[in-house]
Amino acid sequence: MKIVNTSVRKVDGIGVVTGNPAYTEDLILNNNVLTIKLLRSPHPFAKIKAIDTSIALKVPGVEAIYTHEDTPKTRFTLAGQSFPEPSPYDRRILDEYVRYVGDPVAIIAAEDERCAEKAMKLIKVQYEILEPILDFEKAIDSHIIIHPEEVHTNFEIGYERKRNIASKAYAEKPGVDEGFKNSDVILERTYYTQPQMHAMMETYRSYSYFDVNGRLTTVSSTQIPFHVRRHLARALEIPSSKIRVIKPRVGGGFGGKQTAVCEIYSAFVTLKTGKPSKIIYNRKETHTCTTTRYGMRLDVKIGADLEGNIKAIDINALSNAGAYGEHAPTVTSLVSYKTFPLYDTVPMRFNANIVYSNTMNAGAFRGYGATQGTFAVESIINELAHQLNLDPTEVRMKNLVEPGDGKYITSGDIKKCIEIGKEKFNWDERSKPREISPNKVRAAGMAVTMQGSGIAGIDTAAATIKLGDRGDFNLMVGVTDMGQGCDTVLTQIAAEVLEVPMDKITIHSADTDLSPYDPGAYASSGTYVTGNAVIIAANNMKEEILKGASKLFNIDINDIEYLGTSLKVVDKIITLEEFAQRSISFEGMNQITTTGTWGGETSPPPFIAGFAEVEVDTLTGEIAILDYLSVVDCGTHINPNLVKVQVEGGAVQGIGLALFEDIKYDRRGRVISDSLMQYKIPSRLDCKNIKVEFSNSYEKTGPFGAKSVGEVVVNTPAPAIADAVYNATKVRVRNLPVTSEKVLMGILNI
Amino acid sequence: MLLTTTINGRKKEILIKDDDYLLDVLRKEGYLSVKRGCDTGACGLCTVLLNGSPILSCSTLAARAQGKHISTIEHFPLEAKKFASFMTSEGAEQCGFCSPGFTLTVIAMIKELENPTDDEIMHYLNGNLCRCSGYVSQLRAIRNFMEDMKHENC
Repeated sequence: MKIVNTSVRKVDGIGVVTGNPAYTEDLILNNNVLTIKLLRSPHPFAKIKAIDTSIALKVPGVEAIYTHEDTPKTRFTLAGQSFPEPSPYDRRILDEYVRYVGDPVAIIAAEDERCAEKAMKLIKVQYEILEPILDFEKAIDSHIIIHPEEVHTNFEIGYERKRNIASKAYAEKPGVDEGFKNSDVILERTYYTQPQMHAMMETYRSYSYFDVNGRLTTVSSTQIPFHVRRHLARALEIPSSKIRVIKPRVGGGFGGKQTAVCEIYSAFVTLKTGKPSKIIYNRKETHTCTTTRYGMRLDVKIGADLEGNIKAIDINALSNAGAYGEHAPTVTSLVSYKTFPLYDTVPMRFNANIVYSNTMNAGAFRGYGATQGTFAVESIINELAHQLNLDPTEVRMKNLVEPGDGKYITSGDIKKCIEIGKEKFNWDERSKPREISPNKVRAAGMAVTMQGSGIAGIDTAAATIKLGDRGDFNLMVGVTDMGQGCDTVLTQIAAEVLEVPMDKITIHSADTDLSPYDPGAYASSGTYVTGNAVIIAANNMKEEILKGASKLFNIDINDIEYLGTSLKVVDKIITLEEFAQRSISFEGMNQITTTGTWGGETSPPPFIAGFAEVEVDTLTGEIAILDYLSVVDCGTHINPNLVKVQVEGGAVQGIGLALFEDIKYDRRGRVISDSLMQYKIPSRLDCKNIKVEFSNSYEKTGPFGAKSVGEVVVNTPAPAIADAVYNATKVRVRNLPVTSEKVLMGILNI
Repeated sequence: MLLTTTINGRKKEILIKDDDYLLDVLRKEGYLSVKRGCDTGACGLCTVLLNGSPILSCSTLAARAQGKHISTIEHFPLEAKKFASFMTSEGAEQCGFCSPGFTLTVIAMIKELENPTDDEIMHYLNGNLCRCSGYVSQLRAIRNFMEDMKHENC
């Protein structure tokens, strides 16, 4: 049997492509569900002095309107993290303060969208308008304090409310100061990474109702059903045993749905009215009132000798949490967590402040801080290579980590990825700038990165397998497939261990009442963490089947052999179907169900070397990506096709970050890039040649040798493309995105 | 107003408001394959065919379908399933939310373009955004699909 390491089709693929109802909005069966709309603040910072809803409530069809006076006072975080969450508990369902343009002021529940919107216009709000902090670089020690209230934190995260600091981060590998002393060359540069929208195709949405047993049920497009249940319980001040969260198919997440953006509103309305309710964010709300990638300023200092041996790296970061601190202490830490081990012998120091400002709040996003760290560190290493007149690949070969037993990194080899990439990309030739017509120059750039596989020492997932009455299996997991294919990969793993064809296994995910606990789909953990839990559950199942058969047939367990779809009992073959039937019947009285739970001691990193070739029009600054190659080491693949498409998709999202994607605010703090017309994500014509090569390894702790791949794929395009553009034009853009405008201004020296 | 139209070959009379958009009417009538990705005609998810040509139902007033034929993906079970098999063979569908609108556009393209080059395919489909796949796997799926159709027609 060989089901893992093959490109089987996704278990839900045909259904979703042919348009079967599967997603949250498709599953709203009630015709009288209340529609929720949120009245949002037009001001970046204000205190609500009074709200008059009396006229709005008279609009026919309006069920209820809630303000901060009606919502519980308990503060919470919406970050999808294992309890106790490191993020500060700094928000309420509705607060008397609004802290960014779009912060909810009132919840309107009505029979349809029309009357909700009509009522929205009739709510009268008196604001005490406060001076905002729109520039996050001015947040620390400002006379403006964004969170005047006391905020609870579960850990010491460096929270300093009066200085607008949501968290601090520090990490050090000793020898930094000495390293600079021993350096022949020192560079100091400042880089900016912009906030980025997830821009998943299915916007945020949730639907709530009371079931027949009076339990509050919330159906949500989420990556974190169990965390959502806990957040709802805290925010609504009811026990989590009274809440059930169901996750149907998810139309993309990329980390956005690792924050419970909208569930509190439908759950609150249903709790208050007793009626089913739904909230569906439109595209404008999704692009103005949800979460973004953390925008950062990274001041980087690097020291090296003339041969390119790096002696020290010092990083100072300022990171913008926006109005609330979801994921504040954790995202920015990954700047160091994912760059320090890559250059493991280089002394490094990292110091960061994560600050509040009156902008849309930041949160989790594929790459989760590693993306920002990679841009800064890889960019300065490229700059160092240019300064020393060395090939950027050569500098990396001298300084990158080598795997070894007992080291942090035991499997996989980033240097091998570079070697493969150099050859496949024809690097030596293409890295040099080539003028192909009077105003078109081609050149290439490269960068490397790593990520992790799950959160070591914290996140723990479980999987449950049930043997059905006809000898087939149900696999129940709490991890969420948002397109990455973990339902398929986990089914493959279960089928491999149970030695049965995949169609003998039906996967169910996720429902907090039925699924075993899982933190959810984030931190690149689906295949690695939950996959390991599936292996344990499946091995337990085989053992239980043997035990059950031994009892049923009254035969020594050693005389029974498990053959997948059948059992060999002494010299007789009994089908698993027959055994299952008899086992659950009066004869056996044994419904076999097994569970496996697993959490990692380490988080083995996948690696990528990324290579980009660009063509720059020196008259306009226009940048075309001619070729993009990712050379990936993510262990041994469970499903090579799904891995490959993940890599391709991540590269394109990274190209978006590198070249176009930018959240624009007007002077008064309002997001003006509020549609897919103004906020440009890459289209088909923007990235035609995305290529993938693999450098295979075997990760001992991973399921069948696998490591993760979901996040690492997004990190390399920005530094690689920025350097390719520099090679072509000698214009160094250090603040993302690298737009044509910035390049042209650089060429014209303006 | 009373909208008289044909949806997936079946004549329908639907009471609509004058300013209802076609997307909302179709979803309300239970054609759940039609998805909304934006509200500005920018992403292509809500694509349906109006008299055989792809249109964006999020920015088309339902009243404009008066007397016309609307097709959603449910109208092409065979083609859709066949194309889906090529998509899934590549693993190109990922979250799948954009797939029905994309597949309908591919079905319209195949009828409209004869032996398109890669550039022509990309140009035709450029209005169909996808945030997951990176697009190149979709192109592989389309190429294989067209190749297979060619053999079938021989």
